[in-house]
This record gives sequence, structure tokens and C-alpha cells, in this order.
Amino acid sequence: MTPAIIYALTGLGLFVLGLYALIMRAHLLRKILGFNVMGSGVFLVLAGLGQRTPMGGPDPVPQAMVITGIVVAVAATALALSLMLRVVAATGRARLPDPHHD
Amino acid sequence: MDKTKRDLRTAGEEDLDARQERSVQGLTRLVVASLLAVVFVGLALVILALPTEAPGLADQVDAALVDTGVTHPVTAVLLDFRGYDTLLEMVVLLLALAGVWSLAEGSPRTDHRPGVMLDRLTRLYAPLMLMIAGYLLWVGSTAPGGAFQAGAVLGAAGVVLTLTGWRLPRRLAGWPLRLLLVSGVLVFIAAGLVGLGFDRVWLDYPPPWSGALILLIETVASVAIGVTLAALFLGGHPEQTP
Repeated sequence: MTPAIIYALTGLGLFVLGLYALIMRAHLLRKILGFNVMGSGVFLVLAGLGQRTPMGGPDPVPQAMVITGIVVAVAATALALSLMLRVVAATGRARLPDPHHD
Repeated sequence: MDKTKRDLRTAGEEDLDARQERSVQGLTRLVVASLLAVVFVGLALVILALPTEAPGLADQVDAALVDTGVTHPVTAVLLDFRGYDTLLEMVVLLLALAGVWSLAEGSPRTDHRPGVMLDRLTRLYAPLMLMIAGYLLWVGSTAPGGAFQAGAVLGAAGVVLTLTGWRLPRRLAGWPLRLLLVSGVLVFIAAGLVGLGFDRVWLDYPPPWSGALILLIETVASVAIGVTLAALFLGGHPEQTP
């Protein structure tokens, strides 16, 4: 169990947790948060597995991809949040319609 | 179901409904959780099956590093070897901002004065954040740092300033702001074109100019990224905000 594998498995755990929140939570903010946790998990997998070089130094290519990914994730989150605000303005609530209530 | 109807329901009905709902939700939760556990175990097996040592592309990057004019491999990958990727990423930022701006009326923002403490602290922090951004930008060619890190700090400085009541002057909110937003992409494209004059392909910088071009792109890009991130946070159209 090298540190690289531990990082990758932790990232995998975050990904699955975020996916669970994305599926199960009806509140849109929680979905967006879950989506972000999923993204962080993917970055951790990429950065963790990029450490497996023989010299021990990190592989720069996954690191550069993670930097790119973080910025895109921030931009996507901002867009998702303004979509959510628009949904709140249009329907008065920040949840998806619940079939058990309507 | 509207609110009055819901109010008229008896407590017993609600109780029964809630109990049924809970059991349905419990079942869904169980199914989703077990499916995701299967996903986790499957992917974990894949990760554990990977070789414990993989050279990746570190050797190729090190071998080509001398041509780029920078000595930090991540910066070289970001702005030279995978320059296309980084350029399009900055376009993605602009697209997200265009999306946020077109949804602007949905995001009203309330104004309130900050307390004395917050006001003083911001006055202290804002110049410090600008300095840190400049340092990160400069150090990026030899050590961890670079345009995105500097841009993130600049964006955070913009967010902090806006939260404490600072507003972009109205005369700067029109085309000067837009020019600043697109400047990163424009300079990146222009710097890529320099290679064409030296019998190279687009975004392949000629070696003697490479370091200077990368620094130029990074400088303009970090300001553009910072402004874009701050504008993304603010949400509304700059002209419409008070």
C-alpha cells in the first residue's frame, strides 16, 4: 500500500460519496456540492496515481491536467449556482419536484 | 399540491404518508448505496491492479524542458506542451461567464456595509493578496506557481473587496472590463502565432523566445483569470449592479 494508492483510493471514496449525494439529495445546492466532491475525488486520483514515478517526483502532466480541471470545475460550479438561483426565482424553491408530494 | 390543501390534511394522514415515504426512501437509499459500493469495489480493484511504479511522461517532459525557456515542468506542460488545452480552458471560463451573465436577472444581490473590523482587515489584505499573486506568477517559471494560482488569488482578492462593498466604477464596467476578460485568450492566440513566423506550427514557440512568450501569456492570463473568477462569483451583469 504505497501513498499513491492510498491517495487514489481516498479520491475514489470521495467520488462515490459525491455521486451518492448527487443521486439522492433533492436540494440543488447539495447536488452541486456533491458534484464538487466528485470532482475533488477525480483530482485526487489523478494527482495520486501521478506519483508512481521511479524517482519519486511527481509526473507533471497529471498535475497540469488537475490545475486545468480545478479551474474548469470552479467555472462550472459558478454556472450551476446561477442556474440554481434562476430556478429559485422561477419556482420559489431550490429543490427538484418530489413525486411523493405533488 | 398547494399550501392550503397541505394545511388541511389531518395529522394522521401526514403520519401515514411520512411513514410510507420513509420506507420507499429507505429502499432507494439501500439500492443506490449498494450499487455505488459495487462501483467503488470495481474501481478500487482496478487501482490496486495498477503497477506500483509507472514512469508516466516525466522523462519526456524533462528531456524537452530545455526548449521551453522555463525550468518548472508543470508550467512547461501547461503553457507549452499542452498549450492548446490551457487556451481552450480559458475559453471555457469565458463561456461560463457568458452563461452566468445571461442568467443575471435571477441573481439579485443585497448590499450591506461591512463592519469596521472587516473593512480594516480588507484594506490590509487586499494589497497583500496582490503581492502574493505577483509572486506566484513570477515564481511559476522555476517553482510551483503560475498563472492559475496567481489568477485564483487575484480572483479571491476581487471577491473579498466586493463583499466589503467595493464596486467597479461604472465607466470601467463596459468595454474596458470585457477587454480585460478576453485579453488572456487574445494574447495566448497572438503568442501562438509567433511560431508561424519561424517555420513552426501554431502554439509552438521558437526556443529563444519561448521563456519570454510564456511569461507574457502568464502575466496577461493571470489578470484575465482573476477578473473572470471574481466576475463569476458576483453573478450579475456588471452594468446592472448598483
